[in-house]
Amino acid sequence: MGGVVVRFAGDSGDGIQLSGMRLTMAAALGGKGVSTLPDFPAEIRAPAGTTYGVSAFQLRVGEGEVLTPGDTPDVLVAFNPASLKTNIGDLGRDGLLVVDSGTFTARSLKKAGYNENPLETGTLNGVRTLTPDISRHTLDAVKEFDLGQKGSLRCRNMWAVGLTLWLLDRDTIEAEGWIRNRFGDSPVGNANLAALKAGHAYGETTELPSLDLLQTREGTHVWPPGDYRTVTGAEALAFGFAAAADRTALDVVFCAYPITPASTLLHYLSAMRRRNIVTFQAEDEIGAACAAIGASYGGALGVTSSSGPGISLKAEALGLAVAVELPLVVVNSQRAGPSTGMPTKTEQADLLQALYGRHGEAPLVVLAPNSPSDCYATAIEAANIAIRHMTPVIILSDAFIASTSEPWRLPEPDAPGTNPVQFLTDPENFEPFARDPDTLARAWVKPGTPGLAHRIGGLEKSAGSGGISYDPDNHQFMNDTRIAKVTRVARTLPLAAAEGPDDASLCVVTWGSTFGAAREALARCRAAGTDAAHIHLRHLHPLPANLGELLTAYRGILVPEVNSGQLVRVLRDRFVVDAESLPKVTGKPFRVDELVGAINAKAEALA
Amino acid sequence: MNAPLRVPRDFDSGQEVRWCPGCGDYAILRAVQKTLAGLDADPSNTVFVSGIGCAARLPYYLATYGFHTIHGRAPAIATGLKLANPDLDVWLVTGDGDGLSIGAGHLLHLLRRNVNCQVLLFNNEAYGLTKGQYSPTSRIGTVTPSSPAGSVGDPVSACRFALGSGAKFVARGIDTRIAELQTTLSAAHAFAGTAFVEILQNCIVYNDGVFSDFTERSVAAERQIHLTHGEPLRFGPDLNRGLILDRNAFALRAVPVGPDGVPEEDVLVHDQSNRGLATLLATMEGPDLPLALGVLFAETGSIFEAEVRGQVEARGDLPLPDLLRRTSTWKVSP
Repeated sequence: MGGVVVRFAGDSGDGIQLSGMRLTMAAALGGKGVSTLPDFPAEIRAPAGTTYGVSAFQLRVGEGEVLTPGDTPDVLVAFNPASLKTNIGDLGRDGLLVVDSGTFTARSLKKAGYNENPLETGTLNGVRTLTPDISRHTLDAVKEFDLGQKGSLRCRNMWAVGLTLWLLDRDTIEAEGWIRNRFGDSPVGNANLAALKAGHAYGETTELPSLDLLQTREGTHVWPPGDYRTVTGAEALAFGFAAAADRTALDVVFCAYPITPASTLLHYLSAMRRRNIVTFQAEDEIGAACAAIGASYGGALGVTSSSGPGISLKAEALGLAVAVELPLVVVNSQRAGPSTGMPTKTEQADLLQALYGRHGEAPLVVLAPNSPSDCYATAIEAANIAIRHMTPVIILSDAFIASTSEPWRLPEPDAPGTNPVQFLTDPENFEPFARDPDTLARAWVKPGTPGLAHRIGGLEKSAGSGGISYDPDNHQFMNDTRIAKVTRVARTLPLAAAEGPDDASLCVVTWGSTFGAAREALARCRAAGTDAAHIHLRHLHPLPANLGELLTAYRGILVPEVNSGQLVRVLRDRFVVDAESLPKVTGKPFRVDELVGAINAKAEALA
Repeated sequence: MNAPLRVPRDFDSGQEVRWCPGCGDYAILRAVQKTLAGLDADPSNTVFVSGIGCAARLPYYLATYGFHTIHGRAPAIATGLKLANPDLDVWLVTGDGDGLSIGAGHLLHLLRRNVNCQVLLFNNEAYGLTKGQYSPTSRIGTVTPSSPAGSVGDPVSACRFALGSGAKFVARGIDTRIAELQTTLSAAHAFAGTAFVEILQNCIVYNDGVFSDFTERSVAAERQIHLTHGEPLRFGPDLNRGLILDRNAFALRAVPVGPDGVPEEDVLVHDQSNRGLATLLATMEGPDLPLALGVLFAETGSIFEAEVRGQVEARGDLPLPDLLRRTSTWKVSP
């Protein structure tokens, strides 16, 4: 695996996430590939110094496209004993450990559960360790700004960023700009700048062993020309909805109730300077889903977003949207469950819920982005399908995709009004449940349209007229039609394609955020002589029309998912193939080495 | 010459009405149709949104746009609808179970936000469609299939709930007084903001006569007071009774007015801008106090969807390519 993996770990109040983003931006602006993994506790400020209050941020920087944030850190920067304790196990033998020795006091060691100081007892044996007293160095560097002991120590993270930038052979320009932007010409801003520079200078003056990690260059990657920025999944979804509003000439009415890790999308859209995006913080999850349906009924594109328990609460409303056949987009930033579970940790365990989790026969469309930047296209596609087919569409994002960031070549958005929605306005022979013969979608009529007043609702409707109907044959017909309507979406989808050697006997099938780890694992396996193909699914319902035929070509099918085996059931059910599950539910995404091991084992078993 | 005004028949959807014969809902439907005709409402710009229950079937019978949604959620759906299109004239139809039990959490927020729409809450103190269980407005001791020994727990007062939620227009009507209900509905329609109207409605099958204490012809005059803003709070066959404020009890008291009672000028005057008075009026129930009918409270305030839309406008509008670049970017040249 190429590139260098850096992990910052400290108290959740230490500014770990901010520090990580500075390293990310410095790398990205330097034209490197980068992928990040924020990992923080749900508690906003857990008691300082405890192992359960440890916040971490991992990033991987490489010369080419970087698909995953890396399995294990090459460099671990631990801000206190607790973060050392919870992270040291992940640091490889060849890794470099940097600790703030100034924090290794008797009291904080005890809080972290250390009986003895591990820096003195040699229990870190075999790992290159740097033990600068970051606390002391920071206090010295910012002395002149009179921030007091506590305020001064808050600049520790920038000292560490400065040192790490030096280790990574990066300059401090981006970080300086960010600090100035954030704090202006204030004592706090100037102190952070001083700490940053002091950390960078420390690396230089003490002639720390320069890392050769970045020197191991695995061929030059050619970045396609264009403008780039970094983007998280939540940001890309927000931009995608803005793009959808533009091209369809619709307002997007985004309705949500705050919940981790979905709230960031609400924040981005609420702050976005767009006249065609209205956000509504509803009284609860049900209210958010229903308001979105009300907005779609009114002729805007209703979007609702949540995670975990919040998605469960929306289930009844989704059934209504299915029954009245209105467009609706639902974003599920999946998190570890059941119940409150682990709110900040990732999981892909809501697939079966998205496919089947409503009462009655309630088919809808399910999509999953495969990376942060892919969220942009996914939001646009979800909006298009919802409108064209008059159906709810669920986007299965997750905590990992929502918060991880990567470089993104900025798209050229369609001009506003490129593909405006055609509402029905002609009263001639109007029937609210008359259907397009091709898509089977009914027409979208905006209340306010003269001559088209009609009634809709959750009761079963007569085909065509939409009047209330308890007729047995009509219910069968309407039920079949709703299913056929969603199934026909597959006609508009690209066919599935297998990546990799044509003659492979093993195929790895993935969906959602497992894409990056699988793609990288397969590249490594092939480099080592194991042939396997890869099919990645972004359309979970309906599935691509040719998927069954594709899968029958393989003797073995391996399905890694961050759940206990959900897509694998769907594949076995739909295509009666002997697909094998590779489940994982630790709250973390797959590591590349886990997948490499499983793929090699499966390939060997087939050989 | 002006086009002829619409007539109630113009608001009849033609759908066969399926309420039980003799249900109070028929009278309310007629009052609604007459009100719409009287307002010369545009059926194409009028939307009735309802939840679930007997009352919630109303939209099917009106020749306007209608959305029969899910249990308790009509306030949220109406809010989204008004955010999408603030120009629509939206009426929300709910019941005591739909609005004050399963959907109370939504109704509260609709009222406090002051979304511009009319809320008609049909209160029959019973669950009708599910065959007669007690509802959150049922009086203690109501015997039903789910409360064979009588219901326990105090009922909620719809008007006090609305006032407590911050509603800016609160009124009450009754299915036996259609002309008055029409006047109230017209006032609700004229109000800019959420206009909440509780309509007492007799369920002939499961709760027949539950309001007869004050609707029977023989007692109606004694047991009802009809509110008019700026007029003295008087009632009775010859308006021979009035309401005064008992300052010690901080409560309203019904007293005779005239030579044998209190002087006319001591009778309270209805001030619909007084939330405290409205709360006292909403609290009144027999046998010593009359039931208040008409507009209890009306106070103009800012309208939710207008405020939200105003903020969106004020936020400005940047082309998407510019938005994408509102951060650090870098260029890769060919």
